[in-house]
Amino acid sequence: MSDPPIPLLAVEDLSVEFRTRGGVVRALDQVSFDVQRGETVGVVGESGSGKSVTAFALLRILDASARITSGRAVFGGLDLVTAGEAELGLQRGRELSMIFQNPRTALNPIRPVGRQIGDVLLRHANVARADVKRRAVELLAQVQIPDPARRYGAYPFELSGGMCQRVMIALALACSPALLVADEPTTGLDVTTQAAIMDLIRELALRTNMATLLITHDLALAAEHCDRIVVMHAGHVVEVAPATALFEAPRHPYTAKLVAATPHGAERLADLAAIPGGLPDLRGELPPCRYRFRCERYAPICDGPLPRVDVLPGHMVACWKPL
Amino acid sequence: MSLLEVRSLERRFPVGKGWLHAVDDVSLEIREGECVGLVGESGCGKSTLVKLITRLLDPSGGQIAFDGRDIGRVPAGRFARAPERAQIQMVFQDPTDSLNPRFTAFDIIADPIRRLGQVARGGAMQARVRELAEMVGLPEVLLGRFPHQLSGGQKQRVGIARAIALEPKLLVLDEPTSALDVSVQAVILKLLDDLRRRLGISYLFVSHDLAVVRLLADRVVVMYLGRIVEAGPVAQVFASPGHPYTRALLASVPRPDRRSDQSDGRPRFRLTGEARSPIDPSPTVCRFFGRCPDGFERCEREMPMLRSDAAGHSVACHLHA
Amino acid sequence: MSALLRHGRYVLGENPVTGLAFALFVLLVVLATAGPWLVPYDPLASNTTEALKPPSRAHWFGTDQLGRDLLSRVVVATRLDLTISICAVMIAFAVGSAAGVSAGFYGGWTDRLVGRVTDTIMAFPLFVLAMGIVAALGNTVANIVYATAIINVPFYARLARSEVMVRREAGFIEAARLAGNGGPRILAVHLFPNCLPPMMVQISLNLGWAILNAAGLSFIGLGVRPPTPEWGIMVAEGAAFIVSGEWWIALFPGAALMLAVFCFNLLGDGLRDLIDPRRRT
Repeated sequence: MSDPPIPLLAVEDLSVEFRTRGGVVRALDQVSFDVQRGETVGVVGESGSGKSVTAFALLRILDASARITSGRAVFGGLDLVTAGEAELGLQRGRELSMIFQNPRTALNPIRPVGRQIGDVLLRHANVARADVKRRAVELLAQVQIPDPARRYGAYPFELSGGMCQRVMIALALACSPALLVADEPTTGLDVTTQAAIMDLIRELALRTNMATLLITHDLALAAEHCDRIVVMHAGHVVEVAPATALFEAPRHPYTAKLVAATPHGAERLADLAAIPGGLPDLRGELPPCRYRFRCERYAPICDGPLPRVDVLPGHMVACWKPL
Repeated sequence: MSLLEVRSLERRFPVGKGWLHAVDDVSLEIREGECVGLVGESGCGKSTLVKLITRLLDPSGGQIAFDGRDIGRVPAGRFARAPERAQIQMVFQDPTDSLNPRFTAFDIIADPIRRLGQVARGGAMQARVRELAEMVGLPEVLLGRFPHQLSGGQKQRVGIARAIALEPKLLVLDEPTSALDVSVQAVILKLLDDLRRRLGISYLFVSHDLAVVRLLADRVVVMYLGRIVEAGPVAQVFASPGHPYTRALLASVPRPDRRSDQSDGRPRFRLTGEARSPIDPSPTVCRFFGRCPDGFERCEREMPMLRSDAAGHSVACHLHA
Repeated sequence: MSALLRHGRYVLGENPVTGLAFALFVLLVVLATAGPWLVPYDPLASNTTEALKPPSRAHWFGTDQLGRDLLSRVVVATRLDLTISICAVMIAFAVGSAAGVSAGFYGGWTDRLVGRVTDTIMAFPLFVLAMGIVAALGNTVANIVYATAIINVPFYARLARSEVMVRREAGFIEAARLAGNGGPRILAVHLFPNCLPPMMVQISLNLGWAILNAAGLSFIGLGVRPPTPEWGIMVAEGAAFIVSGEWWIALFPGAALMLAVFCFNLLGDGLRDLIDPRRRT
């Protein structure tokens, strides 16, 4: 039996705090998961679960009031948490790329989109200046933007939301990164555009064996497009499993509720479940299991330190009483 | 007897030297107690249609009849004083944007009653507002709070209480849960469904989320670039969509049970190309022509009209006769 | 009401600068109302034997060229200066916001008309325009108020207009229409109160500027006439004596002016926090 492959990205016990006027917000607590080469991993959770914070922490673009208090994020041998700005600068854009939620605001509004792609090429790829425009137009064509040569000189406001997102993907993929972090890339887009964008990401990822970390609140989207899913709640990872297994047979009570709350799975309105309670206040004293006050299965054992149980190979649950 | 009957409704906006046809030849009806879903993507005209039906905007052509009376003729600016004003209300998509930041929850719910309702000030008003808060599951203690002190779900409940305060016959819901977390969504949807059955209100439920429409609506109307392309009982339309656009929509909805790596031989149905321009569109070319995988020469010559079958399922497509 | 008072105490306590500005404002108001009874000497009584005396125990601010006690004059002038600026700003606020709000809400010809009028006013260097208005209408205190009001109207008109235009399409305005509110009611009850917080800052900055404006006009001889004590005239009178060494005649009225402007500028943020419900926790 050979050793398991070394993951492309291994996040271990990552903890992040924010210093605010109202107190210290413990946004992430001991978050661990990994991403293999070429696989698509979804990070799913409601707003406030910490999924975007995780993505921003990996790229070290957190707010100034944030502090990574513990943990590592090893990417291709480099610990992203402790790396210096110079080392990070080499990775960001080249090996590790990110696309953001609101495409129009993530692009520079006063610079033509083609030139923005050119900027990335000049910085990270060894492309001669004379070739930059041609290569940029090629990339625009690759993301299926119609009439790419003309669109090279377009400004973001002249393009639709879907097209802006394609430009952002072109920007992110310009240097064929090993890992793409996609933070809610299709939220706010029409469902037909969403499907096209997700297909595009999938196709490009397969072509270059690129891994994808897909952050989304849409569990159905993650279940359709991801190989494995990481479920987060209030800064904790509560379950990690292959997508189909997670959706069909979730083992953590929160995941089960999340699946039941997703309209896609429900047959009738009565089947649609709500999740009682609300997210705990991440500032005060928190119990070891942050789902404790919303959980119907609570038992005194749940007051102990949060376990990580492998209910099946490749299926981890952080729960004392998994389903 | 239909509660709302819209016939050949049109709304154009001047854009540059041409006209933007936001709503074009739209006819639909909503019966008493019925929930009609309206689906379509950005640019399909559903927001404009909603404004026309709620009389916040005047039509450029066509008729809107409510309870048998022609309300399209009353200008939007004067509709506030029309007797039908209280009968047609709306729940908005963004709970933060749709609540006055300077009003308390109490005042927000009481405002329509103060303007158009029959309730006297003081004790009777307090009782009515409390009754409404209870109906929507809003804890009474929150009535004195301002919107920024409420959560998204609570704000939406205030919006719903406000909308039903005047006991309207028709409630337009413009994506009421899309700005909410999925954990809260189920509660609000069930509340809306429950209220409809209890109070006998008709709903026009606008949503881009087909899965939600499937759960709540009796009938569904699909719009594309200002026109209705398909309409009918929701189960039927979703099970056997007639129009290629409806098929594309349904195929685009994320389905966990249909993963990209599980090939079942059928190609994924995806829309390619760009939508036609809604500015000065040709009246003889099908709006979907160019993106439609099944388009042929007749689609370029003749605008397809809605044709319905016995079950009330209508499709506007030459290939679906 | 008690909620407002509680919120008021919170706003004042939260930011020490606001508290300081408010205390200063209270001091100014006290001096303006009770000034004439608090001062040791009659501000108009001249006493040539005591002329041009530097600050001493008898005369804390010294005396001017006619032997009048400067402290008394500075304190009594508070009433006039404050009254002029508050009246001018209130008029400008009322007229300007009404015009701006209508222009923003109704658009069309209302907007065009208001736009042209404000453009015309702003085409002139404002102080020169004020001078012109006072010179044309007559050299009285009332006309200083009107002139200052007129030149400040455009600021309120533009601010009100843009605030209304931003909020005009908001969901809660549509909801107000659905609830049966007519145009004017929406403007007055729903839209305008939401535009107030930024206007509060404008008002307080404006108060400071209006005082300077009034002082400036008096400095050049328009409006207030001697022997009425007013900070601007006093600085003008004292300017002539600086060279000969009697610095106190110009300095103390000037310092009072500065303090008043300072107070109003700092008050702006506090006032906005006071009336914006979003600042309430």
